[in-house]
Amino acid sequence: MRAFASLLDRLAFTPQRNGKLVLMRDYMRDTPDPERGWTLAALTGGLAFDAAKPAFIRKAVESRMDAQLFALSYDYVGDLAETVALVWPRKPGANREPELSEVVDALSSATRAQVQKLLEGWLDALDADGRWALLKLLTGGLRVGVSARLAKQALAEMGGVAVSDIEEVWHGQHAPYEDLFAWLERRSDKPSAESPGRFRPVMLAQAIDEEKDFANYDAADYAAEWKWDGIRVQAVSERGEKRLYSRTGDDIGKSFPDVLDFLNFEGVIDGELLILREGHVESFGDLQQRLNRKAADAKLIAKYPAGIRAYDLLLDGEEDLRTLPFRERRARLEVFVRQAASPRIDLSPLQPFESWEELARLRAHPPEGDAALAEGLMLKRWDSIYEAGRPKGPWFKWKRDPHLIDAVLMYAQRGHGKRSGYYSDYTFGVWREDANGDRALTPVGKAYFGFTDEELKRIDKFVRDNTVDRFGPVRVVKASKDFGLVFEVAFEGLQRSTRHKSGVAMRFPRINRLRWDKPAREADELSTLEKMLD
Amino acid sequence: MPKPENVLCPSPAGLYCEPGDFYVDPVRPVARAVITHGHSDHARSGHGTVLATEETLAIMAERYGENFAQKTEVLRYGETVSRSGVDVTLVPAGHILGSAQAVVRAKGFTVVVSGDYKRRKDATCAAFEPVPCDVFVTEATFGIPVFCFPEDGDEIARLTKSLAQFPERTHMVGAYSLGKAQRVIMLLRAAGYDRTIHVHGSVEGLNALYERFGVKLGAIEPATVDKSKKKDFAGAVVIAPPSAIDDKWSRRFNDPLPAFASGWMRVRARARQRQVELPLVISDHADWNELTTTIKEVAPGEVWITHGGEDALLRWSELNGIKARALSLVGYDDDEGEGQVASRGEAAG
Ligand SMILES: [Zn+2]
Ligand SMILES: [Zn+2]
Repeated sequence: MRAFASLLDRLAFTPQRNGKLVLMRDYMRDTPDPERGWTLAALTGGLAFDAAKPAFIRKAVESRMDAQLFALSYDYVGDLAETVALVWPRKPGANREPELSEVVDALSSATRAQVQKLLEGWLDALDADGRWALLKLLTGGLRVGVSARLAKQALAEMGGVAVSDIEEVWHGQHAPYEDLFAWLERRSDKPSAESPGRFRPVMLAQAIDEEKDFANYDAADYAAEWKWDGIRVQAVSERGEKRLYSRTGDDIGKSFPDVLDFLNFEGVIDGELLILREGHVESFGDLQQRLNRKAADAKLIAKYPAGIRAYDLLLDGEEDLRTLPFRERRARLEVFVRQAASPRIDLSPLQPFESWEELARLRAHPPEGDAALAEGLMLKRWDSIYEAGRPKGPWFKWKRDPHLIDAVLMYAQRGHGKRSGYYSDYTFGVWREDANGDRALTPVGKAYFGFTDEELKRIDKFVRDNTVDRFGPVRVVKASKDFGLVFEVAFEGLQRSTRHKSGVAMRFPRINRLRWDKPAREADELSTLEKMLD
Repeated sequence: MPKPENVLCPSPAGLYCEPGDFYVDPVRPVARAVITHGHSDHARSGHGTVLATEETLAIMAERYGENFAQKTEVLRYGETVSRSGVDVTLVPAGHILGSAQAVVRAKGFTVVVSGDYKRRKDATCAAFEPVPCDVFVTEATFGIPVFCFPEDGDEIARLTKSLAQFPERTHMVGAYSLGKAQRVIMLLRAAGYDRTIHVHGSVEGLNALYERFGVKLGAIEPATVDKSKKKDFAGAVVIAPPSAIDDKWSRRFNDPLPAFASGWMRVRARARQRQVELPLVISDHADWNELTTTIKEVAPGEVWITHGGEDALLRWSELNGIKARALSLVGYDDDEGEGQVASRGEAAG
C-alpha cells in the first residue's frame, strides 16, 4: 500500500505527461505482483469501490476524536477524505500495513458491516498518505490525472513493446495481470489475443502537409471520404461478444447501449460514432451530451440517438481482412453494411474526385448536408493494408481551415514543466454589450500553445508588467478598449455551452498569431462568434 | 496577590516584563529586548540593548549589519542573568541555530516563552529542553490536528528518489533562507547525498555563518548560471527561498522541478496553489503532536498561545483540563515560507 500511495501522491502533483510516464513505469518495474497489477487496475478504471460513504467515514473519525476538533480541521482542509487521512489518530502497535491486494481481497468478500471494521483497522495501520489513498479508493474518488491509455503507455515503456501490442492483448487479461507482467518481463510469451470480442489496435492517419505531400502523391492512388466530427470507434460482434471500443481500446459500450444492441452482425467494424437522426449527422455538441456519462437513460437516448458511420471492415465473419488492400476491404464493407441492415449503422460514402485541385475545392466548399458538418477529408490509399499505428503515407487527414477570431488577453496562469516559470496559460475574451450598453470583455476560451519560445517570453513580460489583480495562481491582465494584447485565435468549431459565461465553447483553440499591432478595441464581438456556431 | 501577568504581559510592542523592564521578541524598537531567535519577525533591528545567544546575535549582525542594536549581551544556554529581582535564562528551543526559550523567573513565578520551537532531531541546532513552569507561552503555527508531520528522513527519501527518477531535471527546493535551507542540506547529507548543492544568493551568507558555528554543510556552490551552462544543473539540487522558485529566477535552470520544504505542504491544496510538484513536509515548527505533548510534558499551570492556530489548541486544552488563553499577538509571521522572504539585501535595506 505504501508504494501505491506514494505513486498516487506523486502522480497527483505531476502535471507533465512524461513525468507521469516515468513514475508509473518505475513503479511497475519495482513493485512485485500482485500489488502492481491491482494498482494497474485502479489506474485504468478497472477497480472501483463504493464501499465507504462519507457519512460513515465521518462517524468513524468522530468516534476517535473530538467532534469540534474534527470540525475545525475539516473546515481548514475542505476535503473529507484528506481531512480524515490527516487527523486519524496514531495507534502505536497497530496491525501491519495492509497491501493493496489484501484490501481488494477483503473487500470482495466482506459484508457492509465487516467493511466498516476492516476500514478502521486499515486506517489505524497506515500513515497519512496511505490513509488518503485508501479513502480515495474506497469512496471511488481516485483522480490523479491518468488515463487508461497513459497507464498502458507506461507499461509499454516498462516492457519495451509498442502500446498497440498492449492494447491488442489487454481485453483478454484480468487484474492483477500476472500474465501480462510475465510477458513484459520476458518471463513468458505474449499472452494470447485470441479471445472473442477483443480490441484490434487501430490505424491512424497523418496530417497532410499541403506544401509537400500533394506533389509526391498521385490523386489516382487515393480514395477520399469525409472526416466525421464524432468519435472513432471499433464495433465488435464476435461469437456472442458485443463490444464498443474507443480508438485507444477503452470499452465505452456502457454509455451507448442503444448502439450495442444493434451490432447485429458477425465481425469488426471501424467507424465514427455520431448522433444520427433519420440518417443525418448532428453536431459534436449533441454527441457530447452522451459522452462521459457512466450510463445512458432512455430519455437521453431518445433525445440523442447514436449510431455508427462505418468506414472500414477488419473482420468479416471469422475472416481477418486487415492484410487486404483498402479497395477490397471497402467493397466487402459495402456489402457487409447492406446485409447487416442495422438501423444504427450506415456507410460513410466515398467522395469521388479527379484531381487534388478538385478535392481542395470540395474541402473549401463542401456539398450541402452531412458533409458541411465534417471536419475535413480523409485520404486512403487504395492499396493500403490495415496497419496499427500511424504509418506515413497510406492514410492522410486533411482538415478544413480553422475559424479565426481576434480576442483580448484577460487572465494568465503559470504553466508546468519547462514553462513553469512563465505565464503560459491564457484566457482570452471578446467584446459584448453589458446590461448598461457598455462594451465589456467576456471570456470565451483558454489557450496554452501556438506560440514560439520567444513569443512566450514577450507575452510573459507583458503579463508581469500589466497585472492588475491576482486570484491564487491567476493573474488578471490589464485589458480595456484602449489597452490590451490581442491574440488571433484559431479553433475548430464552436458550440453552445451553458457552462461558459459567454454561452459558447470552442473546440481546440490555440493562438495563431500575436497581434501586438492591433488595438484592443478592434478585437471581435461576441455576435461574430455566435454566427460561427456549428 | 501577584499574578503571572505581573511578570510578563502582552502589549502592542510584544511581551513585556515590567519588573525587569524588557520585552521578549518585540515587534517595534524598545530600550531592552530579549530575542529568542534570528527570524526577522522575532529579531528586529533598532533596539537599545539586545540579550540573546551568541548565534542569534551573529545572525542579526549578518542580516542587519553590525549596528543592529546599540549594545548586545551574550547569554549562553543554561546561564542566568539577574536584574532587579528578575532572572532570565536561555534554554534551547530546537527551532534553528541559536534559538532559545526565554525562561523568566520573578515574584515566585516561572514563565517560559518558547519563541518558535520543534521537538524532532535537527543537526543544525541544539535540541529543545522542556522546563517545568507556571506559564508556558507557546507558538501555534501548526496548531490544528491536520498538521502531523512525517519523519524527515522519509521526506528527504522522496527527494532523493525523484533525483534518481528525473536525472535531467533541476530540483528546485524552496526553503526559508535561515534555518530551513541549512536543515534540508544536512538532511540530504545524512541521507548520503554528497554531490555539490547549489544555493541562491540569499542563502550563501547564512550558510557561511552556520559553518562558523560548526555546522558542516559539505560541498556548496552558488547557483549562478552565467558561469556555467544550463545543462550543468541537470539533476542538481538548488536551494532557494520560496519566492525565487515561482519567479523568473528559476527559469535559468534545466526543466526545473519545483519542490518546497514546509510544514504547510501537509495540506494538498496549499501545494497545488503554489504549483509545487514535490511537496516536502519538513518544518522547523512543532506539529500538532509536538505541541500537545510538549504542553503535557512541561505541565504548566497555564498556557498562553502567541500566534497561529489558537482555536484548536484552546479546545484541546479545555478537553485536557488545562487553563489556556490566546494572546493573539500581532507582528509574527510564520517562517515556513508562506509570507515574506528574508534576503540579505532586503533586510539590510
Ligand atoms: Zn522562527
Ligand atoms: Zn515565528
